[in-house]
Amino acid sequence: MDTFAVALPALADAAGLILQPAVLGYLLLGVVMGLCVGVFPGLGGIAGLSLLLPFMFGLDPVAGFALMVGMVAVVPTSDTFASVLMGIPGSSASQATVLDGFPLAKKGQASRALSAAFASSLFGGIVGALFLTAFILVARPIVLEFRTPELLMVTLFGLSMVGILAGRSPLKGIAAAGLGMMVGTIGEGDSAGALRMSTYDIPYLVDGLKLVIVGLGIFAIPEIVALLRQDKAISERAILGGGWLVGVRDWFANIWLSVRCSLIGVVVGCIPGLGGSVVDWIAYGHTVQSTKDRSRFGSGEIRGVIGPESSNNAKEGGGFVPTLLFGIPGSGSMAIFIGAVALLGSGNVEVGPSMLKTNLDITYAIVWLLALANVLGTLISILASGGIARLTLIPFNLLAPFLFMLIAFAAFQSGQDIMDLLALFVIGLLGIMMRRFDWSRPAFLIGFVLSNPAEAYANQAVQIASSRFRAGIENGLEYIFSPITIVLVILTIVSVVFGLRQAKNIRAEGAVASGDKRVPLIFLLCISVYLLVAFIDAAMIPSSAHDDRVFPMFVGGVSLACCLVLLVQAKFKPETDPLFADRSVSEDRENIRGLWGTLAWFAGLLILTSLLGFIIALAIFLLFFLIFRSGRSQIFSVVYTVAGLCFMMAMGWMLNRNFPAGLLQEFIQLPWPLT
Amino acid sequence: MGFISYFRKFVIGAVVAVASVSYTTTSFASNHGIDLSGKTVEWIIPFSETGGSAKWANFYAPLLSEALKGQPNVVVKFMPGAGSTKGANWFQQQSYKDGTVIFGSSGSTQFPYLLGDPRVRYEYGDWNVVLASGTGGVAYLPPELAEKMNGFDAGGLQGTDFIYGSQGATRLDLVPLLAWEMLGLNVEPVFGIKGRGDGRLMFERGEANIDYQTSSSYLKGVTPLVEAGTAVPMMSWGALDDDGNIVRDPTFPDMPTFKEVCEATDGCETRGDKWEAWKAFFIAGFPAQKMVFLPAGAPDDAIVTYTAAFETIKARADFAEISEGRLGKYPQMTGDEAKVALDSATRVPDSAKQFVTNWLKDRYGVSLQ
Repeated sequence: MDTFAVALPALADAAGLILQPAVLGYLLLGVVMGLCVGVFPGLGGIAGLSLLLPFMFGLDPVAGFALMVGMVAVVPTSDTFASVLMGIPGSSASQATVLDGFPLAKKGQASRALSAAFASSLFGGIVGALFLTAFILVARPIVLEFRTPELLMVTLFGLSMVGILAGRSPLKGIAAAGLGMMVGTIGEGDSAGALRMSTYDIPYLVDGLKLVIVGLGIFAIPEIVALLRQDKAISERAILGGGWLVGVRDWFANIWLSVRCSLIGVVVGCIPGLGGSVVDWIAYGHTVQSTKDRSRFGSGEIRGVIGPESSNNAKEGGGFVPTLLFGIPGSGSMAIFIGAVALLGSGNVEVGPSMLKTNLDITYAIVWLLALANVLGTLISILASGGIARLTLIPFNLLAPFLFMLIAFAAFQSGQDIMDLLALFVIGLLGIMMRRFDWSRPAFLIGFVLSNPAEAYANQAVQIASSRFRAGIENGLEYIFSPITIVLVILTIVSVVFGLRQAKNIRAEGAVASGDKRVPLIFLLCISVYLLVAFIDAAMIPSSAHDDRVFPMFVGGVSLACCLVLLVQAKFKPETDPLFADRSVSEDRENIRGLWGTLAWFAGLLILTSLLGFIIALAIFLLFFLIFRSGRSQIFSVVYTVAGLCFMMAMGWMLNRNFPAGLLQEFIQLPWPLT
Repeated sequence: MGFISYFRKFVIGAVVAVASVSYTTTSFASNHGIDLSGKTVEWIIPFSETGGSAKWANFYAPLLSEALKGQPNVVVKFMPGAGSTKGANWFQQQSYKDGTVIFGSSGSTQFPYLLGDPRVRYEYGDWNVVLASGTGGVAYLPPELAEKMNGFDAGGLQGTDFIYGSQGATRLDLVPLLAWEMLGLNVEPVFGIKGRGDGRLMFERGEANIDYQTSSSYLKGVTPLVEAGTAVPMMSWGALDDDGNIVRDPTFPDMPTFKEVCEATDGCETRGDKWEAWKAFFIAGFPAQKMVFLPAGAPDDAIVTYTAAFETIKARADFAEISEGRLGKYPQMTGDEAKVALDSATRVPDSAKQFVTNWLKDRYGVSLQ
């Protein structure tokens, strides 16, 4: 009961710290800025906090925390807009929301999906804060129980979600996840620095591909291109789904799902090293597994929105545990948070082991600022949702150039390299093909996200375990088979078996008809060839760097085996088999534009950018697109172009970001923003 | 650019409503140096937002903004990649324009340069140093292993299997790994961790049983563990005196240096190739770990302006107080001092380079062609 004696006065002190007009003002400001940043696809807490950093120096600590917490807390609330309305993951935290949220928007139920998402976000945020209030006092020893084998098992548990998202052909799902993992290994190995599928002549590849680019390429580009080919509004119906009350009612009907997913979010968020990028997938997997009628997942099941959205706000709360208690950032935005804390006040608040002892009141203030920020953020979002949901009624050929502009900008911010745009295009093309032939894109993304932790933890666990075994068999066994690992192993096995058995009924990306054999087969062959090349490339790594060789060879081998089985099956299965799924069979009737023509517009933007720099290229692109593709009047097009450019420049300038430079800028010095 | 950056400062300032940040409007009438009024200085850090360099730059940036003539906006830009060689290669290609681009390097930028990493396309000799910040490092042990030390003599630890969470043998981790090997300790590095903070966490989880942190991280992250009795400092790497001798680290005067421990331990020698190589890389990595540069071709006016600004910062009445907790008690060198520091940090004898290259190849199979 000692802990209570410490906690209660600290809680009271925290209330005193928070409940001041100035602090609440800063919180509101942070919330508003966070909502704005979160709305834009590809920009998340990292961009937002970087924006605040210059103003932290010397700021009163509690006010500074209010500003930052306000911003971090609501990014996963407002990023739902992009996920639901446009099918673009607003940030890595709401990738899973796309799967069911976007189909709902297409059906004209955007505001129902949004309000259910916001209610879940709010609830998740508050459950997270409540849980943390009690948990933070005992968290330290528990978090320390998660050693490398446990971290590896959490990673594998996350990977097991592939099972349920694999689609109708489990082998295709596993191969897709394997391909994602192989793409994740591109670059310099973590252990010995050996190069995989890259060379020092292309420095861009040495660092590997960034999540922002892969996420946008795999999900956003295929959706934008598909919608653009149909040339109509996102929503097929004009009704917006009876307002926000329906969504809130939906959430309330599934409140226990929301509770469970919130707890999943906060607990996984607490584990340092994994960050939040898998939380929404684990929550989605759990949602599917705990639903009786699974037939509607992927085509607009409201539970598929409630689950991930409950977890991703709770995750932010969890993410503060490693940050505050250990000084270890749980995510990119937490890393900047730590940097910013040092700037606050006289610098006497320091995150890390001393936080609970000397600054328990401030710790609680942060936890409760988090809850408060969630309330504010949700209220604002719900108020705005009716209006913003109308975006889905705008003809898509007006929205698309704007979206192309945004994702190109966001992709460039990840590496500040013109190669970012090329990578986005290539991954986008892969995404389009995967969507067309019904290869599970969620499985690919989960594989990509978990590739690096899976490899690093596996290598480290093996190395540490063998050292333990040298010290004694018992010592080694004790290290590997802790109670936590055993529980996680059982969970993973159950999840895989259950998932694969159910996967046939779950179409995470909607139903897809099958066509003839030839085209899907060519795609399968292309993937097999890439996997084979990557496998051989890995096999050629010298044995002095064998730690960098094992993982890509193992994953590559397994995925290749899946592809080979698929190739054999391809000979015997009939054309109607899911193996030969081809979305163009059903969609071509609705497509009034060709794929390559549509893609050429985007390629044109990128090529022009590499020649003239982003801003000039954008001006030309917007103008031409609106006149020739959208068929708008010249005056309208000019006004739209100017508005788009102003918006882009305002954003680049507020966030203090550069735009991609082209060949032109090599020869002529131009003033910002043309640089 | 001038108007835009001023306007940005104004708008963002209004949005964030930071009345607490006041920009002094004193202007100097001077015929020497450059005036940066209304400009934005971009401070390129070739690492991510998480590391020690980020903390260091974030500490200096607001102070520099106040101290530079014209009070420009100073923003830190992160350009991580390829262990900092990406950002350094980028900086190498910049030519001096108006003094609004500066670069912050670290030990991890120096080491690949010294070891002839194939990705290095930069040349320290082309750049102009305006500040060199020193730091130190401390190795520590779990209490039950620390007991095996006999005074400074580490001989009792020689039979133990050590695990150490490492970022890579060619990085700053070279210094501790070589030191422990010289003491005869059997340390197995577990590679693939993302930062020294993760190494400390591995130690706290009981998976690693030896670790080191740079001074500021030690003060912040390990001191509480020492107070709680779960970690015991083993030694510091030491500091350099004016004659180039290794002496006790002023931030940790009660800790023995590696040199003292080495002298007390059988089989460890403070002379010969191995020792000289260790010392050379220690000097390259710690006493002048982080430096600020102006790009090639910077005129004296600009160098003088920045040097004066950093001297103004050092002369602040509260500098000792605000810097101690965040940077530790280490020299912040400007002018000729900084040049000497740069020289010693980027020039190691060929014999030391050769020794380390061979050692990396034999011990870890790392070849830098």
